[in-house]
Amino acid sequence: MHLKDIIQLVDGTPLNPQVDMNIKIRGGIGADLMSDVLASSQPKAVLLTGLTNPQVVRTAQIAEFRAIILVRGKQPQAETLAIATQENMPLISSPFGMFELCGRLRQAGLPSFESNVSSS
Amino acid sequence: MCPPARTPTEQEIHGRQGRTITDHDAHEINRVEELSYDLKVRDVMTAALKTASPDMPLSRVLEILRLNRISGLLVVENEQLVGVLSLEDIVRALQKNELTAPTSRYMTRDVVTVASYDSIVKAISTFTEKQLGRLPVIDENHNLVGMITKGDITRGILVALQKDYKTEEVRRYRASHLFEDIISERTTLVLRYTIKAGDFTQGGKASSYIKRALLRLGADPQITRRCCIAVYEAEMNLIIHSTNGGILKLEVEPHRISMSATDEGPGIPDTEQVFEPGYSTATEQVREMGFGAGMGLVNMKRCVDEIKLESTVGKGSRLVMRIFIPNQTVGVSRDGQTDEPSTDH
Repeated sequence: MHLKDIIQLVDGTPLNPQVDMNIKIRGGIGADLMSDVLASSQPKAVLLTGLTNPQVVRTAQIAEFRAIILVRGKQPQAETLAIATQENMPLISSPFGMFELCGRLRQAGLPSFESNVSSS
Repeated sequence: MCPPARTPTEQEIHGRQGRTITDHDAHEINRVEELSYDLKVRDVMTAALKTASPDMPLSRVLEILRLNRISGLLVVENEQLVGVLSLEDIVRALQKNELTAPTSRYMTRDVVTVASYDSIVKAISTFTEKQLGRLPVIDENHNLVGMITKGDITRGILVALQKDYKTEEVRRYRASHLFEDIISERTTLVLRYTIKAGDFTQGGKASSYIKRALLRLGADPQITRRCCIAVYEAEMNLIIHSTNGGILKLEVEPHRISMSATDEGPGIPDTEQVFEPGYSTATEQVREMGFGAGMGLVNMKRCVDEIKLESTVGKGSRLVMRIFIPNQTVGVSRDGQTDEPSTDH
């Protein structure tokens, strides 16, 4: 799925539109625990999270996410935005909550990239 | 190896259309645009010039144009530029059947020039503004030194781009063949980072440098990912738990990657318990940042082939992790590398 389509689906606002948004997203993960993200993710996914600190970007970068969506219209800290832009990581704010966002993306056909506890 | 296809920037699609450059545009400036400022007219111009004199008959000029397969000439008298003559001028003469006329009768006298020290972007804008095909180039002392055409500019940019590409290729090649090029009994590349306690803003920076380094060395993306998740957790642990920060160290060898995180306190009372999923001593503040779920060491263990944690309360902790590289993913064969992974450091 194209990031542009995802942005539309989630009514998202790109917070660093200068980075390359013309990318494909293979799956999605929703988490507020960075260790969960690191433990269960597969590359090339979009991260849905309620956290706004710089670690979100670092975690996403290390775990090879392609984009981050901040839930409930949250605005990132200034450092978070700076690092995201520097590392070429699209940062998007959506007015919807985590459950609604996961539902919308799943319904549109975006697969879950969270591995289950048994398989991780 | 082909570079990945680049998607055109907004400005490449729609053009700048005379707008002033905003920060957003500045971010979009691509290498070709950069080159059009970096490259000077003298870098791309033709210096060895065919010229005509004002009294040369047009038939002779036509012959020079034909033989050299060019479409225009500069007209020079006593080393001073006095005009330009193009094929169009000759066509005009042909219409009047005046090919025997001297060049001076048909040449353009009001010559637009460009300076050799100007950026080629200046030449490009002059070409567009004046709708000209060629521009004489003059130096600081207004002496004629060459001529520039749109073709020269295209060629100059292409050559520069090719040079860029080659430099990048060589750089990549050198990094990924580091271990092959250096001969020793045991070659190790050590990356060392000082991690400050409580410095959450910088947290993950070392790991992201490590990631870049490993990819640059030609490491397998899967191994790079495992390694980086492990060092990132270790880096965050130093930030969250250490008293005075610590050292994050990565040792790359052709057959394995060793990672270590060392601090000088406070030390861990029970080095078994910390491997239990969910066990955590993190503060509420750290948990609010998405860490401290008690999954760090569990995660690290999952990512690496070997993990060892030593700690003395009051003295400090030392975490050592290893990933073994099955074959030549870090750009070297394992020939002669029969030594068992040692524990010395």
